[in-house]
Amino acid sequence: MPHWLLFFTILLLLIVSYYIGRRRALHISVDGTNRSKLHSTPGYYGALTALWCGIPALLIFGFWMMFEQGIITHLILNTLPPEIRNLPQGQIDLFINEVRNQVTGSQIVREVDPMVRAATDHYQHLLHTGNAALTVVVLSSAIAGILLVRRKIKPDFRARNRVEQIMLVLLIVCSTIAIFTTIGIVLSVLFESIRFFKSVPITDFLFGLKWSPQTAIRADQVGSSGAFGAIPVFAGTLMISTIAMMVAVPIGLLAAVYLSEYAGRKMRAIAKPLMEILAGIPTVVYGFFAALTVAPFIRDSGAFIGLSVSSESALAAGLVMGIMIIPFVSSISDDVINAVPQSLRDGAYALGATPSETVKQVILPAALPGIVGGVLLAVSRAIGETMIVVMAAGLAANLTANPFQAVTTVTVQIVTLLVGDQEFDSPKTLAAFALGLILFIATLILNIVALHIVRKYREQYE
Amino acid sequence: MNSNKTTGLIASNASQKTIEIVNQSLAKRYRSEKRFQRLGMAAIFISLLFLVVLFISITAKGYTAFWQTYIQLDIYLDPEVFEQGDLKTADYPGLVKKTLRDRFPDAKERKEKRALYRLVSTGASFKLRNLVLKDPSVVGETVAIWVPSDDDVDMLAKGFLGEGEQKGQGRLSAKQIQWIGQLTQAGKLKKRFNTSFFTSGDSREPELAGIWGATVGSFLTLILTLVLSFPIGVASAVYLEEFAPKNRWTDLIEVNINNLAAVPSIVFGLLGLAVFLNFFGLPRSAPVAGGLVLTLMTLPTIIIASRASLQSVPPSIREAALGVGASKMQMVAHHVFPLALPGMLTGTIIGMARALGESAPLLMIGMVAFIVDIPGGFTDPSTVLPVQIFLWADSPERAFVERTSAATMALLAFLIVMNLGAVILRKRFEHRW
Repeated sequence: MPHWLLFFTILLLLIVSYYIGRRRALHISVDGTNRSKLHSTPGYYGALTALWCGIPALLIFGFWMMFEQGIITHLILNTLPPEIRNLPQGQIDLFINEVRNQVTGSQIVREVDPMVRAATDHYQHLLHTGNAALTVVVLSSAIAGILLVRRKIKPDFRARNRVEQIMLVLLIVCSTIAIFTTIGIVLSVLFESIRFFKSVPITDFLFGLKWSPQTAIRADQVGSSGAFGAIPVFAGTLMISTIAMMVAVPIGLLAAVYLSEYAGRKMRAIAKPLMEILAGIPTVVYGFFAALTVAPFIRDSGAFIGLSVSSESALAAGLVMGIMIIPFVSSISDDVINAVPQSLRDGAYALGATPSETVKQVILPAALPGIVGGVLLAVSRAIGETMIVVMAAGLAANLTANPFQAVTTVTVQIVTLLVGDQEFDSPKTLAAFALGLILFIATLILNIVALHIVRKYREQYE
Repeated sequence: MNSNKTTGLIASNASQKTIEIVNQSLAKRYRSEKRFQRLGMAAIFISLLFLVVLFISITAKGYTAFWQTYIQLDIYLDPEVFEQGDLKTADYPGLVKKTLRDRFPDAKERKEKRALYRLVSTGASFKLRNLVLKDPSVVGETVAIWVPSDDDVDMLAKGFLGEGEQKGQGRLSAKQIQWIGQLTQAGKLKKRFNTSFFTSGDSREPELAGIWGATVGSFLTLILTLVLSFPIGVASAVYLEEFAPKNRWTDLIEVNINNLAAVPSIVFGLLGLAVFLNFFGLPRSAPVAGGLVLTLMTLPTIIIASRASLQSVPPSIREAALGVGASKMQMVAHHVFPLALPGMLTGTIIGMARALGESAPLLMIGMVAFIVDIPGGFTDPSTVLPVQIFLWADSPERAFVERTSAATMALLAFLIVMNLGAVILRKRFEHRW
């Protein structure tokens, strides 16, 4: 049975089992000899039957879907002649890939190695057996579930409590997915990074001044030794983020102050959502805008006053990134400024301060921790931002402080190293994971510090 | 008494002085007040100006892509061509070329002929083929058929070429431009609405490239994201808000969710590559992997919005339900959840809109491949709209600039519709307790 058909059969069984359970309960409740009332409403009996029918079946189905390929590949490998099994890992992967391509028919038929042919047949055979077994196991577990619950249904059977218990467990499982995601991120990035640091020492990576991740195939090629010193990459990230912050913080902060202290109700109602639009525009659109409109504009105006500006200048990427972050800064600042108690304002006005003096000398100092937290969150946004820099910043890792030159960032390097087909073992690919690890740690620290500051500050006035 | 009077006098003298000092500085203070206000206005004005410039620059560059230059060819479907072999494999490109040669007999040399053939798109022969396959009875007749022109011709017709290029110093030769002029005078060259932009997949030829493949890919990816992230997100929110005891475990979950909301999206891409592709062996470039990655990415957004929505349901509702004998689960399922649902849906739509615009993590899992076919299922290789924009933005052909802008307009249109839906939902069901 194809997978989708099996899946829909399970769903159908779910509905059927609900009605079986429900009817059974109703049947018992009106039975002539036993007139006692049911413990729960009939629907709960149905729901319990459906849960027992569906959950085990879907679990088995899910597990098989996840591990099918792995199991079959393992089985195939074991039956292969030893001369193939003793090949290096990369060659085995190639062989397996060829077999898989043959199975899915995604490759145009050409001369096929008899060994591949045999393995393909074996693969297909295993696939069929696996499928048949899966169908039988899943369907019988579903039906067994139905029968089991149906037999248990008695008037004093506490169906509602059972259903609620199962529901609670499901809710708990769902809420732990966040933890598993974090663990998954940490493990996947960490493992590959450790493999990377085995071939490139961690000190070379963190403090090296030269970044050129191209490793050559032959030893005598030009630039054959890849250099993995990440300082130029970090410096580029820092520069673009700084430019972005120099755009976003003043504009966002002033806009927030104006909207919360000066603007009338009407202006607030119009300007605020309009600024939020800036936050909703996809970053790829910003990237396109930066590469197509802003970068040429900056280059041409630079040429006009006699400056040589690279067409992939850090300035263009940073500027557009700053625009993207404005609403982020302004909405957090707005929250923080509104959380400053009215009594502080009233006190300042009573002393004869003008509104701007109140803002500068009372509100901003009072709101400062929160604003700093917001800015830190914005910085973490900026260093993690990908598409704008991929499209508008350069690839060359220049160690420079000149914003008119092209620099590269951590995210750009991750993308360039990983897009396209690569072998998974070369230090070049693994370097991307090491950069990812640094990125993850940096943003994590920024976020924790920022959230801590924001939360602590909020409690002060509540 | 006496001393009191003196101090009063001194005080009034002093306050007189203070008032004078204040009055003197007043003008300066008012000026700085005005300056500060103007600065605030300027900040808002600048950010809105950026918004306007962004929209105008994209619209101005993109609207031309909705029209496409077509050339009318009167093609004689020579029965001889169709004699050998079936209709599917007949020499359609040859027919198109012959028609062009007959139309412009002045192209004699090989080089000139090749330049002539380049006036129409390679898609012309496919169009002819479809026409014949649809109605084989046209064989032997002369059909007048509008075929898409080459992208360079399109650019010339839309007036994007510079002065030198218009005289034949660019990609188009002077001879080609002369032919185009003849076609235009004969009314055989026209701009028509570009339907293929909305109905076809990606292509190396700008005049044949469309966004339908990417749209379908986006749709499949989003469906999977929605189906997974909405139930899981709502369930986590319900548990954390209504059932969870206050202990270390729930604190840990909460910290995790807040952090995941701020993790850069590209890190989720790394997770997808290492876990979904390399560990579980999901197919590369497929909506199933993309949907899973985007699910993990949007979950925090949905959970946070759902929790806020649950918090806004007043405790009296809960107490009333419990008071009439509902169990805790019944109270949540029958009363709290329905009241919080609109807010949860609003949060979900906003999360989906973010997922629709997201491209960085999808680059990691290979959805950046060049894919011509329209994806037919969750495991077919496909791309999504924002990644399509990224791919086209990288293409060197000038005609891709307007197409990129047009695809951006389409993406923004989808986003505006989704966000409007969220706003309407909020307005319609917003309940102030």
